[in-house]
Amino acid sequence: MTIPKEIPEKWFPLVLPLKRKKQKGLNGAKSQKRWTEEERRVRANDREYNEKFQYASNCIMTSKYNIVTFLPVNLFEQFQEVANTYFLFLLILQLIPQISSLSWFTTIVPLALVLSITAVKDATDDYFRHKSDNQVNNRQSQVLIRGLLQNEKWMNVRVGDVTKLENNQFVSADLLLLSSSEPHGLCYIETAELDGETNMKVRQSVSVTSELGNQNNLASFDGEVVCEPPNNKLDRFCGTLYWRDKKYTLTNQNMLLRGCVLRNTEACYGLVIFAGPDTKLMQNSGRTKFKRTSIDRLMNTLVLWIFGFLVCMGVILAVGNAVWEREVGSLFQSYLPWDPPVDNFLFSAFLAFWSYVIILNTVVPISLYVSVEVIRLGHSYFINWDQEMFCSQCNTAAEARTTTLNEELGQVEYIFSDKTGTLTQNIMSFNKCSINGQTYGEGTDPLGPRPKRLDFTPFNPLADPDFCFYDDTLLESVKVGDAHAHTFFRLLSLCHTVMSEEKSEGELVYKAQSPDEGALVTAARNFGFVFRSRTPGTITTTEMGRPVTYTLLAILDFNNIRKRMSVIVRNPEGRIRLYCKGADTVLLERLHPCNQELMNVTSDHLNEYAADGLRTLVLAYRDLSEDEWEAWSESHRCAEKAASCREDRMAAAYEQIEQDMMLLGATAIEDKLQEGVPETIAVLSLANIKIWVLTGDKQETAVNIGYSCKMLTDDMTEVFIISGHTVQSVRQELGRARERMIELSRSRDGGKEEGKEEGKEGCFMGNGFRERQEGDGTGGGGGGKQLQCPPPPPPLPPPPLPPPSPPPPPPSNLMDNIFGEFALVINGHSLAHALEADMETEFVSTACACKAVICCRVTPLQKAQVVDVIKKHKKVVTLAIGDGANDVSMIKSAHIGVGISGQEGIQAVLASDYSFSQFRFLQRLLLVHGRWSYLRMCRFLCYFFYKNFAFTMVHFWFGFFCGFSAQTVYDQYFITLYNIVYTSLPVLAMGIFDQDVPDQRSLEYPKLYEPGQLNLLFNKREFFICIAQGIYTSVVLFFVPCAVLSDATQSTGVPLADYQTFAVTTATALVIVVSVQIALDTGFWTVINHVCVWGSLGSFFSIMFALHSQTLFKIFPNQFHFVGSAQSTLLQPVVWLTIALATAICIVPVLAFRFLKVDLKPQLSDTVRYTQLVRQKKRKPVGRSVGGAWRGLGSVSDGRLGARGGSRRSGYAFAHQEGFGELITSGKNMRLSTMALATFASRHSSSWIDTLRRKKPTHTHCHTPPSASGASSPARSCVSGSVAPLSNSSSVLGGSQDTPIEEVTAQHTQTVPTLSTQTPPAAEAAAPQGSAQAVSAGVLTSAAVRPHGGDSPGGWTITLGAVQEALFGWKARATASNSPRPSSVPMETSQIE
Amino acid sequence: MMATSYNAKDEDGRVTVCGPGGGPLLRGKKPENTALKQQRLAAWQPVLTAGTALPALFAVGLLFIPVGVGLFVTSNNIRELEIDYTGADASSPCFSCSQSFSWNSTRPCTCTVPFYLEQPYESNVYVYYGLSNFYQNHRRYVKSRDDGQLNGNEKSLTEPSKECEPYAYRDNEPIAPCGAIANSMFNDTLELFYNDPNGTKIQIPLNATGIAWWTDKHVKFGNPGGNDQNLSAAFQGTTRPVNWRRPVYELDSDRGNNGFVNEDFIVWMRTAALPTFRKLYRIIGKKDNVVPTLPRGNYTLEVVYNYPVRSFEGRKRVILSTISWMGGKNPFLGVAYIAVGAVCFFLGVVLLAMHHKCGNRNGDGDISN
Repeated sequence: MTIPKEIPEKWFPLVLPLKRKKQKGLNGAKSQKRWTEEERRVRANDREYNEKFQYASNCIMTSKYNIVTFLPVNLFEQFQEVANTYFLFLLILQLIPQISSLSWFTTIVPLALVLSITAVKDATDDYFRHKSDNQVNNRQSQVLIRGLLQNEKWMNVRVGDVTKLENNQFVSADLLLLSSSEPHGLCYIETAELDGETNMKVRQSVSVTSELGNQNNLASFDGEVVCEPPNNKLDRFCGTLYWRDKKYTLTNQNMLLRGCVLRNTEACYGLVIFAGPDTKLMQNSGRTKFKRTSIDRLMNTLVLWIFGFLVCMGVILAVGNAVWEREVGSLFQSYLPWDPPVDNFLFSAFLAFWSYVIILNTVVPISLYVSVEVIRLGHSYFINWDQEMFCSQCNTAAEARTTTLNEELGQVEYIFSDKTGTLTQNIMSFNKCSINGQTYGEGTDPLGPRPKRLDFTPFNPLADPDFCFYDDTLLESVKVGDAHAHTFFRLLSLCHTVMSEEKSEGELVYKAQSPDEGALVTAARNFGFVFRSRTPGTITTTEMGRPVTYTLLAILDFNNIRKRMSVIVRNPEGRIRLYCKGADTVLLERLHPCNQELMNVTSDHLNEYAADGLRTLVLAYRDLSEDEWEAWSESHRCAEKAASCREDRMAAAYEQIEQDMMLLGATAIEDKLQEGVPETIAVLSLANIKIWVLTGDKQETAVNIGYSCKMLTDDMTEVFIISGHTVQSVRQELGRARERMIELSRSRDGGKEEGKEEGKEGCFMGNGFRERQEGDGTGGGGGGKQLQCPPPPPPLPPPPLPPPSPPPPPPSNLMDNIFGEFALVINGHSLAHALEADMETEFVSTACACKAVICCRVTPLQKAQVVDVIKKHKKVVTLAIGDGANDVSMIKSAHIGVGISGQEGIQAVLASDYSFSQFRFLQRLLLVHGRWSYLRMCRFLCYFFYKNFAFTMVHFWFGFFCGFSAQTVYDQYFITLYNIVYTSLPVLAMGIFDQDVPDQRSLEYPKLYEPGQLNLLFNKREFFICIAQGIYTSVVLFFVPCAVLSDATQSTGVPLADYQTFAVTTATALVIVVSVQIALDTGFWTVINHVCVWGSLGSFFSIMFALHSQTLFKIFPNQFHFVGSAQSTLLQPVVWLTIALATAICIVPVLAFRFLKVDLKPQLSDTVRYTQLVRQKKRKPVGRSVGGAWRGLGSVSDGRLGARGGSRRSGYAFAHQEGFGELITSGKNMRLSTMALATFASRHSSSWIDTLRRKKPTHTHCHTPPSASGASSPARSCVSGSVAPLSNSSSVLGGSQDTPIEEVTAQHTQTVPTLSTQTPPAAEAAAPQGSAQAVSAGVLTSAAVRPHGGDSPGGWTITLGAVQEALFGWKARATASNSPRPSSVPMETSQIE
Repeated sequence: MMATSYNAKDEDGRVTVCGPGGGPLLRGKKPENTALKQQRLAAWQPVLTAGTALPALFAVGLLFIPVGVGLFVTSNNIRELEIDYTGADASSPCFSCSQSFSWNSTRPCTCTVPFYLEQPYESNVYVYYGLSNFYQNHRRYVKSRDDGQLNGNEKSLTEPSKECEPYAYRDNEPIAPCGAIANSMFNDTLELFYNDPNGTKIQIPLNATGIAWWTDKHVKFGNPGGNDQNLSAAFQGTTRPVNWRRPVYELDSDRGNNGFVNEDFIVWMRTAALPTFRKLYRIIGKKDNVVPTLPRGNYTLEVVYNYPVRSFEGRKRVILSTISWMGGKNPFLGVAYIAVGAVCFFLGVVLLAMHHKCGNRNGDGDISN
């Protein structure tokens, strides 16, 4: 038996492509043909020709039914549910007179009810789908028909049509871009609907068609496209255009996919290749997995058990029937002969078995599934309605996108969180700075009045109004012309790779590749050093209102090893100066010795900033003489041209000039956390939820955020960092971490007592959880942990000393008892090893012993793998939360996926089960809604099973007294209505509205969440208790009336022991007992509960009286046998005495047992509830003395980040990509202005599809000759430090790449460049970091890479750059013999796999 | 790898822009601030505490014990006599009758059972017959009737329901009343004689009406044709049940108690819930306040032994009983009430002791976390 899994999906009109395909498959020959389509031939402007192939039209149909097919198809679907079929089977059984122990309507009424509710819902959903289909199908598009542009509905667009798109229009089908209004046939699209990336992408038409230009030419265009059949690969297209006897290769670069939006392009023309259901968007539609909660699974198991139980009961009773018929029934035949087909007792027993299956089937009523769905729906609405999860800035309410998972929200144990956009806002703000030994920025006194935000406008008309800074002393010193401050900001305005766009005078928009840089340049702008514009060779700024143009001599670009970038500029006066900014670790070593004193001061400031969780950069400059510059320039040029070891030589050249610099100061940038993140994390971890951060970011950044959001704290016992490059080293590091944990927790166990004593004195300072101890000393385990005295600042792990053999994984029980707070930081490439099959368990046991785990540099796929590995090894509920397309895989594989509807498209939201716009809502979702849902669902299930067992088992006992003849105890109408009318509403009301403690309390006492994690409220044990209680009740309900009534008479002397009186008495007693029971179970009596409980009782009596009335009997004498029973029975005092007796016997033990439980072993929720009662009674404003302490957690963030006795962490702030300097100096992105930058500035991880894709060999489909511009750019050879894969975009933009293949005529001369420049489909927004990750992950698994991380402290960064360089080096060597232009090689780093 | 959920709605551009980043959002309406939607409905939140649970237990105990005592006393004041006349033992007066039984015998067998009343029966005395091991509650038995026919429906009279099989037709004639219940109607005749000390046998008048439910007699059962005048005509074309000796319209000479509305028949048709049951047979009305209805002394029960029960090891009894406000003798109810009351009280005491000894007395609102 499965739950009706249709229901949840149909609440939301999501398309079920599989179903569609199934239906399509039934549709006959047409689709049959399409299934076998092997290649697609499309001729432009030739509908007749294209019609031969019967390609799908552009009409989409996401709806499943129409008016005619609705009933059969819907019923067919519904009866695919085991539950429904089961009830249908019962119905059929009931039609056999020898078996039928119940009238047919006892089953058909509930079944019809369920079917019709589902059908109505399906119909509504489908109606809306029809509506939205119609809306989409009827959109207008412009199609070129017979040389004229005509408006056509989308659905009438045919394959082979040429359509015109205008700016900001949705693409109507998968189009081949023919021409565009922009030069070179370029156009820009936004693909948010497809892959969630909000950045723009460039598409370019084949050059021959881009020349077609106007309509007339396009109308006569008759090229034929031969391409692959429809598929769901968004990033791949392979085809050939035949036109005028020439072949042109087509790639994804030429395609505009349905679902994209045309941006920044006036108009473009496209040829429809795939339409409607064949489009890649539609081919990709569909949910991958149907999620099911653990309660669902448990419920299904239990239902199966109940079936087993049912069969057992049936067998027992059938055996009883056999014995009875043989011993008694055979003798009784003179009064009661067997039915005609029955000739012996065995056959009779066989029939009795089925009869009892029918009667007893109510132990699993069909209403269970419907009720569960209704309750979940109610809970989902509560989530949607919750005002406290409404974000007023974004105007977004929380949304439960699935209704099936609510109660699982109350059981979450692991949260996997994305970082950027989820924990942080991805907004950097220039927060503090240190200039010449003087620190500026917010005061350190968080208690004092918040200083006023500076207003820059009077001072600087070009200031960015959104910029916030609070320290006016800095502004003052700038105003008075402090030279250091001026140089400081001048540096910030010059040394960067930001592009500016000035839409109108003074309205500057900066396009920065990393938000850090943007923040720095904006800071400089506000303090009077405004970066205005740049050309490849100049930078124009406005310094204190005076325009200045610097000559840009060189950009010494950033890379991961250098951790710094410099520019060399010549100012208008002709002086040459090098400005450098970089990480303190690298920069402080390269200062002129005379800076020693300033360096010490600055270093202190850096420590301070780092302690605040800020990202720091050190700024320095060096004056160069003309000679020095000339000399260096020469050596640099040499290095640039070097054929071998170019990288090393370039680095050496940079190193050479970045020496003896003068320290200017340091900046501190705050990576703004989302509102309430530290509190949320604190509360969630108090609720025993483990939070893992999985981020594509760098380790430093991730660790930094870990600290600032209180996941990592300085009082943690130890933070382990796993960054091994090889399987061996990862294994060793994991092993060492475990050893250390065991060791520490052992020593801790010994000195526990002392630790506690000392702890109280010295160890709370800066501990955000101080309140915990103040509240109560007897905190038990949880509190004890907090009391641990933190060790001295966590040392970085000692340099690896490889032990002879990796330690074996310790027994798991040892790892379960780890005492103390540990954290684990693991790198993506180490993770790749750790997730290998043989190390999985080791990794899981190590990581799960830690309080916090941070995985950095992980690919989207790894995110999903981590989630999967935890799901596999731990029987826990996982929740993944993220906002970007890179989180989709993780969101889908976790038990619960939460999407943050933030700034990165809606992909994550679409894939998620719940969505809201702020991370902090998570605590409310879990601790309030999840907890309630779980509680309610558990109570509901307990009660539901109880009431049905109480109801049904009476038949079992009666069987022993009625010759096992399957005679029911109750009136058949009562059986029909019991589950759907008499007892459904009170339990539904409880299931929807019940609250044990109010919402604020669940946030105040996060421990209240624990029962859900431990699955305490509904498990097999609880189930058996419910069942036992139900059976007990049934015993009482049968035997008490039996004993009382057998001899009793009415006050008129008429015996009471007739069947109908007995039935009425038992039924009434049952309804009363279960009502009293629900009254006991309900903890939160709202008006609705009252109405339901009293209403149900009332309806029971009124319906019974109605059914037993004379009126109905007179109309249908054969249907209402019970005429008059209710009146004559319920007027008897004995009957009421019996009911009262039965109720007392049923309820008193429950009452006593519950009281004992609450009194002797109260759960936290009982205590909280009781406290509240006491407080209410006292009616005194006791204040928030109990809860208030917990509220204190909030103070952690009030003072922004709070002060920690911080250990110094490298606050290395670059989130940059290398290779940008080259792009700027080459001037290629200048014309494009914002577009390319938008591409690059997008989050590195956002194009993870590309990353994944590159794991597949992709050489096969696109051999293009080298771009002309790639080689001809003069600027490149001067400055580029290393050439990044970025250049692929520039190469597209710079020239045409789609020269026809020319039947491979250019033999020798052409092959070499062709080989060396297998340019990937250009401008794919191939964010280099993403691709590099994939590359590194792949490479590291297969080949040992020369470790490049020599200068990274403690060896705990394996730099991607290293990998990239290693790759580069290898490739360069490999191709050196072929190609004279090594610079073009890196373009394909992403393809070498 | 990338599976997106396509929804045409998402594609139609109805997206609102949020914030500077321009992330599209699906909706933007602040939820209403109502008590229902915010789950802030005013509610009574009962808590199970010593203050509520223990008094409840004591209250139940204190309520049940007196009620039980009252019931017990009432029940004990009821006189009841039970006479088994099955004739299973050789010593039993009805032994021979029970041995020589056959449905087809034309000559009734009569047996006489003497008994002695030790106490006089003051008020109305109710005479019951009781059957044991008789499965009137068997499913096939219970459904083997046609309420339409019994209600006087003409159509059902001639075409009895299938449920009556195999007692629906006999020799192609519809049976009235059809079905196994009617077919097996109890047909012993019981007569009661008072053996006056002076030697005379005085027959005690037995009242045969007023023994059925009012609704049964006046609503549920009705003779066909609506008039009780000419029943034999009304039942024209039907035949009597197999086991019956007389057709249904000859059950009683009294017109108002004949045919389907014959009260003996109605009483029989009201099936019993348990295999051992009693049914009201006759009522001995109280004559006046001076003479007891049945004075102390010797009595004779004369049984016309028609109804065979030996084949299935059944028993037949006659019960004489007086009743009170709560019906007939019912010692179980009183005892059960006293027992439950006592248990509750005892439980209350035990729980109170446990609560005082080791209960969590956290009245001050302290919460250990």
